[in-house]
Parts: sequence; structure tokens; C-alpha cells
Amino acid sequence: MSTAPTIPAIRGTVTVGVPVERAFSVFTDSFGNWWPPQYHIGQADMAAAILEPRAGGRWYEQGVDGSECDWGRVLAWEPPHRLVVTWQINGEWQYDPDPEHASEIEVRFTADGPGQTTVEVEHRLLERLVDGQAIHDAIVIQGGGWNALLELFAKAVANQD
Amino acid sequence: MVTYGVAGLGLLGDPTRRAIFEMLARRPSSVGELAQQLPITRPAVSQHLRVLKDGGLVVSRPQGTRRIYRLNPDGVSALRAYLDRIWDEALAAFQKAAEAAVDPEQKEQ
Repeated sequence: MSTAPTIPAIRGTVTVGVPVERAFSVFTDSFGNWWPPQYHIGQADMAAAILEPRAGGRWYEQGVDGSECDWGRVLAWEPPHRLVVTWQINGEWQYDPDPEHASEIEVRFTADGPGQTTVEVEHRLLERLVDGQAIHDAIVIQGGGWNALLELFAKAVANQD
Repeated sequence: MVTYGVAGLGLLGDPTRRAIFEMLARRPSSVGELAQQLPITRPAVSQHLRVLKDGGLVVSRPQGTRRIYRLNPDGVSALRAYLDRIWDEALAAFQKAAEAAVDPEQKEQ
């Protein structure tokens, strides 16, 4: 496991025309209002997605039937500049409670001015989500594909702005 | 020189293929089940599935007389391409929400 090759992190950046405190509060307090509802894991349709505002807090969805599904945990809660949560949803689209299999998402909020904020997302430790040997094989077979993939992603995000 | 390595993201550039990929992410399905929910024929669905399978994003196994398709659970490409997709959409949605919520008067200051 410890010798498994790493997968490059996914990085995304977006600039929003609001102060940094506002950007942080929309991202966290209103998480369930903007997160695309199709990306959820529960059997029932998603009624709400909740990020508890403290280190050690839960990050989970509530279904329309009242059921709850965990997504991960809050590792760092530093308003209004930084947030780190785990993402424990595996390739089978299921919650994996094993902390060894937890990937991490770090979100940084940087004020560019009084009314503009850059939000950077890094989704890392992706190798923990999948079997080490499978990753090794994929990287060996696919060669240096990851860098190219990352560049494409960066371009796609840039084009959206 | 390109394509094999970048297959993951490139393959999802086609909207129908992306729809199929996302349907399979929600639930393993047969060609017929996918075709029912899409405005394309079964042969067209099969063709998209073949491309996704060749790219390592999807696997299939026989079940009775049908084949059931699902995302390749060991596929780094599948996982990463999917997460790429999610963040792409999530950040766009976040931007919209953050800017919609702001009071226009405050924004002036």
C-alpha cells in the first residue's frame, strides 16, 4: 500500500465577485444549495447536503426519505481562508469508512480585493480511493497520461471563466 | 502521440457519452436500460459503450442473456475523469450561487 504510486491531485480555481468571508460562507453554510444534486450517493434523492462547521464535523447528505449518507469528515475549519475535508466516496460510488481510504479536499479562499475572491480546490490523495495495484498498472500501461489529463482539465476550467 | 493517455477526459467530451457514463455511475445497466432513457437507438448506445470500454472507463459482464455495464471500479481513468467532471460543474455552480447571493449595493463598495 505504501509503495503505491500517487495520482496527481485534481485542481480547480474559480474567481467570484464577492468578499472572502462571503465566499467562504456560501461554500460552507450554503453547501447544499449549490452542490450539483446529481452527485450524491444515497438511494433516495438528495434533500440536503450538510457540512458541519467545525474540525471533526461530519459532511453528509440527507435523502428526501430522511436517510443520511456520510461523504467524509471536516479536517480543518479555518474561516474565511481554508477548509479541508475528506472525501470517502470510492470508485463504486459508495462511502468507505476506512480512514486509510480517505482522499482529501483542500479549499483555499484568497481575497484579491474587497469584493473579489479566488477559490482554489485541490482534491488529493486519490490513490487512497482505489486499489494500489490497479493504479500501478494503469499508470504503467497508460504512461504519462496524467499530466496531459491535468492540462486538459486546467484548460477546461480556464475556458469557463 | 496523444490520445490513449488522455482518453479519460477526452472521451467524456461527447455529451451523449457523458450522459451514459453518468448513468452508469449511478447504476450498472444493460444497453436496453440505457437506451430507454436516451433519445438514441440501442446500436448507438452500444457504439458509445464500446468506446468507453476501449478507453478503460467501463467494464461489462454477462448476466443471463444480457450484458451489464458499469464503471471500471479499478479504473484510475474512470475515477479521475469523473471527479474532474464533478469539480468542473461544482465550481461553476458555486460561482453562480456566490454571485447571485450578493447584494448589488454591497458589490459596488
